Amino acid sequence: MWYAAVAAGSFRRYATYQIATVAGVFTNTVFGFIVASTYIALWHERPHLGGYDQAQALTFVWTAQALLATAALMGSGGLDELQERIRSGDIAVDLYRPADLQLWWLSADLGRAALQLLGRGVAPMAVGALAFPLALPGDPLTWACFLLSVLLGVLVSFALRYLVALASFWLLDGTGLSLISGLACMFFSGMLLPLRVFPGGLGEVAALLPWAAVLQTPADVLVGVLSGGALVRGLVFQAAWAVALLALGRLVQSAATRKVVVHGG
Amino acid sequence: MAPRARADEDDKGAGVVGDDAAAEPLIEVDGVEKVFSVRRKAGRLRRVREEVRAVDGISFRVPRGEMVGYIGPNGAGKSTTIKMLTGILVPSGGRLRVAGIDPARERTRLARRIGVVFGQRTTLWWDLPLKDSYELVRRMYRIPDAVYRANLERCVELLDLAPLLAVPVRQLSLGQRMRGDIAAALLPDPEVLYLDEPTIGLDVLSKAKVRGFLHEVNAERGTTVLLTTHDLTDIEQLCRRVMVIDHGRLVYDGGLDGLRTAGGGERMLVVELERELPPIEGVPGARTVKVAGPRQWLAFPASQSAAPLVAAVAARYPLVDLSVREPDIESLIAELYAGGGKRADTAGDGGKIGRAL
Repeated sequence: MWYAAVAAGSFRRYATYQIATVAGVFTNTVFGFIVASTYIALWHERPHLGGYDQAQALTFVWTAQALLATAALMGSGGLDELQERIRSGDIAVDLYRPADLQLWWLSADLGRAALQLLGRGVAPMAVGALAFPLALPGDPLTWACFLLSVLLGVLVSFALRYLVALASFWLLDGTGLSLISGLACMFFSGMLLPLRVFPGGLGEVAALLPWAAVLQTPADVLVGVLSGGALVRGLVFQAAWAVALLALGRLVQSAATRKVVVHGG
Repeated sequence: MAPRARADEDDKGAGVVGDDAAAEPLIEVDGVEKVFSVRRKAGRLRRVREEVRAVDGISFRVPRGEMVGYIGPNGAGKSTTIKMLTGILVPSGGRLRVAGIDPARERTRLARRIGVVFGQRTTLWWDLPLKDSYELVRRMYRIPDAVYRANLERCVELLDLAPLLAVPVRQLSLGQRMRGDIAAALLPDPEVLYLDEPTIGLDVLSKAKVRGFLHEVNAERGTTVLLTTHDLTDIEQLCRRVMVIDHGRLVYDGGLDGLRTAGGGERMLVVELERELPPIEGVPGARTVKVAGPRQWLAFPASQSAAPLVAAVAARYPLVDLSVREPDIESLIAELYAGGGKRADTAGDGGKIGRAL
């Protein structure tokens, strides 16, 4: 299957840049310590804020750091390359292939996410677990659900970033939109603060937005806030957003390729 | 896996053509147009919408196995034509078929049967070794193992790729990368190969290697090739047929020799006399265009024989040596562009629609 080859190739591409991975792990770990210290102070003042105890809140912090690169919480996660290809006209080369554009980039993104989960996810989480008392689940089933939830989160994240990248077909320069979308993801995924801590109406709305599926849901699965029926509802929530946004991506893609004016010769 | 037949298994529609395929043109273009709508500033607030006819009603046919040069100045509509032929641009009018397929409607199906190489863009995986890209091509085009191995071996041998297979593409030189790209396009045994300036920026040796390989692919495999280039040596060495496009119109379609006459070409008789003399006069059909010491240049129509001229000069002047120069193809084409430009401009006035918004 060619998409498996694309994913594997993408995995190896990202594996090539080992120093970048090491630097990323270092940064994630340092930020993990900083945010963890803030949370300790916060949960000391307000125990059970948002329904989390302190160990759960700390686990949330380290999950966010572990998924930062994997789910591309703060950036384009490599889709800036697609944006650049659209801008420069190199996209023509992609369109000459007997491969669907969305499936191609999705495969590449999954390969990237897998490498970054192993390369930039495991190490910070391990350091966090050694340095702080975390509420990590003991049973393998919860871990499996967590991984499934991460996969769904990456799909939603990809679908959002793909839409942003496709906007370059119309915008010529998509930098501004990428910036806005990056900020929205950082805020509404729960990376700054768990969405359950958001006040009243804002929290309720934020919990329904697609960004909640990227980090909030997987983190809630891991810390054990979601279990049983709530867990299933969480996964369905993620899957629904993934399907809806990927379908929207296909629609936009067909509109884009129909009107395409490939830039530059 | 079954050996790959010439007519693909996965497309029954065109496969039915079978034996007649050789007689039918592989590429059919009938009155194809592409009109872009461009907004242009006209004053402070006014915007004028203008229609730009990038391709303005061109028609041609390319039979299977032919190698055609497709040339024209920048902005003439070459790339637009190729984009329509590959299906990534939808024509505004006219009819277009490649291997019986309407490219714009079935781009992905067509993509399995064509190869595209851009001199200025790459299909290879930048950060990974060359062979990884080939492995991906193998899977994407579902190339049977035996075919893949044979084709790869051939490309590696003819394009000297052996030492490059394990090198990440970003470390390749331009010439190496170009060879790598051409091989990638040919691994799936495409029926048509579109080459967009495949020798741009290459040194003499790399150019020669690429040309030699293309010649062989066309001769042995019968791969139909449409070659776009600014390097006319590519055309002279590879193509018997040339199409010249300018301002979106075909201004010439025919053999390379015919281009010489079509360009109103003149040949040049260069004579070396015993000593410096005033310009040669009174030779019918020829005019002296240049004198430098004992050497003189006489221009005469390309269609005319040089023999009577030589005799006339030798009879009246002390002739020491002589040579006949064929018209330079570059200047011929420059003439064609100039002529075609005038024609297209007058036609363009009618076709252009200016409208204030």
